[in-house]
Amino acid sequence: MAAMDSRVDVTVENREAAPTDDGKRHPNTCPRCHSHYRDDELEQTLRVCPQCDHHFPVRARERIAQLADRGTFAEQDAALRSADPLSFFDLRAYTERLAEAEVATGLGDAVIAGAAAIERRPCELAVMDFAFMGGSMGSVVGEKFVRACESAAEAGVPLVSVSASGGARMQEGILALMQLPKTVCAIEELHESRGALFSVLTHPTTGGVLASFASLGDVVLAEPGALMSFAGPRVVAQTTREKLPDDFGLAESNYRFGHLDAIVPRGELRPTLGRLLRLFANR
Amino acid sequence: MPSEAEIRLRERLSKLGAMKLLRGTKLSGELGRLQDQLERLQEEPSAEDIWRSVELARHQDRPYTLDYVERIFEDFFELHGDRGRADDRAIVTGIGKLDGRTVVLIGHQKGRDIKERTKRNFGMAYPEGYRKAMRAMTLADRHGFPLVTMVDTPGAYPGVAAEQHGQGGAIARSQAAMVRLSVPTVSCVIGEGGSGGAVAIAVADRVLMQQNAIYSVISPEGCAAILWRDAGEARKAAAAFKPDAAHCYELGVIDAIVEEPDGGAHEDPDAAAALLRTALSAAISDVEGLDPDERRRERRAKYRRMGVLAFAAQSL
Repeated sequence: MAAMDSRVDVTVENREAAPTDDGKRHPNTCPRCHSHYRDDELEQTLRVCPQCDHHFPVRARERIAQLADRGTFAEQDAALRSADPLSFFDLRAYTERLAEAEVATGLGDAVIAGAAAIERRPCELAVMDFAFMGGSMGSVVGEKFVRACESAAEAGVPLVSVSASGGARMQEGILALMQLPKTVCAIEELHESRGALFSVLTHPTTGGVLASFASLGDVVLAEPGALMSFAGPRVVAQTTREKLPDDFGLAESNYRFGHLDAIVPRGELRPTLGRLLRLFANR
Repeated sequence: MPSEAEIRLRERLSKLGAMKLLRGTKLSGELGRLQDQLERLQEEPSAEDIWRSVELARHQDRPYTLDYVERIFEDFFELHGDRGRADDRAIVTGIGKLDGRTVVLIGHQKGRDIKERTKRNFGMAYPEGYRKAMRAMTLADRHGFPLVTMVDTPGAYPGVAAEQHGQGGAIARSQAAMVRLSVPTVSCVIGEGGSGGAVAIAVADRVLMQQNAIYSVISPEGCAAILWRDAGEARKAAAAFKPDAAHCYELGVIDAIVEEPDGGAHEDPDAAAALLRTALSAAISDVEGLDPDERRRERRAKYRRMGVLAFAAQSL
């Protein structure tokens, strides 16, 4: 029959799980086609919906497992933590938010960096995690990224960065903004040592991260459907009262306007990076 | 027991005493103010002080880039266009003489009346504006002219076309271009230093800030809307993220504070311009003796140090 295809129809029984306690959609329910999956099913499919190809978010450790050759990742600077230079307090203290994020995610901050190999090619890998305070960039994210650039330059290998970020971390005020030029300086040094940066943008990569290292890759890739805009859609709609196009800020739109080298489905990301690593290793 | 902030400030004070950072006229004033600041540390700038800076930085009569240009530069020749598709009027570029030497200027430009504000897009640049700035940077480098930038923007323009034309990438590349320059570079925040749109033209050997200017990662209203879920809490937000010059100096983000006339720059634009001119000139002199490679190295080293870190106890 024409309507049938080879994929297993999990939607029959698993359509739309009950919402979580706070009324939000269950994280394993596809926001696009409402198919619902067990966690091990999603892990198997690299967290891509087998029904509609929606790319679910991927946590940093799982992303590293997806990309790096098994057992090759050696984490660096795991002890770095955010300080609270402004004694920042909004409705809650920044220190409290940090502690809570660390407990909830098992991460020290919003990025994990270290040496790795992809398809047997050595590289440095820096992967952001949106679950840690929206992947926001404060002093620790900036510092770890800079150290990753330095390690890459020292080892003479390319740096692969996978970003997922809401932008600069407001709780660190102007010091968060200074992480933009700080990471930009590090990329300049990396480039001067003839090191390469491959930047992979995942949903969402916005604000200060897009306006610094994520845009400066020698090759810039994005996952399908990833939002990559300097200002978020809500801010743009509110400020300008413009009607936003349906694909506003998405990878597909950015590709059309010339800001991306390729949109790479998650299943092809590892071989694509392997290919680039082989091409750039020609010295 | 001195606080960490006090130790930092004392360090800067002794460094400032030893350096020729603000040669001549400004040094003693700067030292004096820092001493005051040290004394005031127990009673940090209050929320009211900070909000006053926000209001003065945005004051409708505050001098803008071109007001300073006509008072500071001789024989200023404006350069237009990004050589790609537009001339973004939110950013002014040009060449002129500052105390006898030819320099290149880049500055955000706000408008004074409705008509000019629309033309200047309230000082909010499109990617074309940053490409125009990059063109001026390249020109400066090619001819060995020092670069002066004046920062005064609520932020880069958040619009559909701006995103389509690559706002994020343009801001990133503009910073990269400044990092690469071999000529002396001096930036001064003269009003609002709004986030990425500001830092795009403020990566310099010496970054100055006028006394009542603000420099911040997000607008007070934007921060309040997100963290307090109420844009009306802007005062609280500003008090929390501290965008005033004294705090930026204390955090090591800027190299010096430029004094303003009593009541703010708008009370006496001529006097404000004279103070700014002296500070810009001194800052250029301060770095122009360096070897170009060394100057670039030091510029990068300065940004390499920015940020405050902690360490998890068990992993050490």
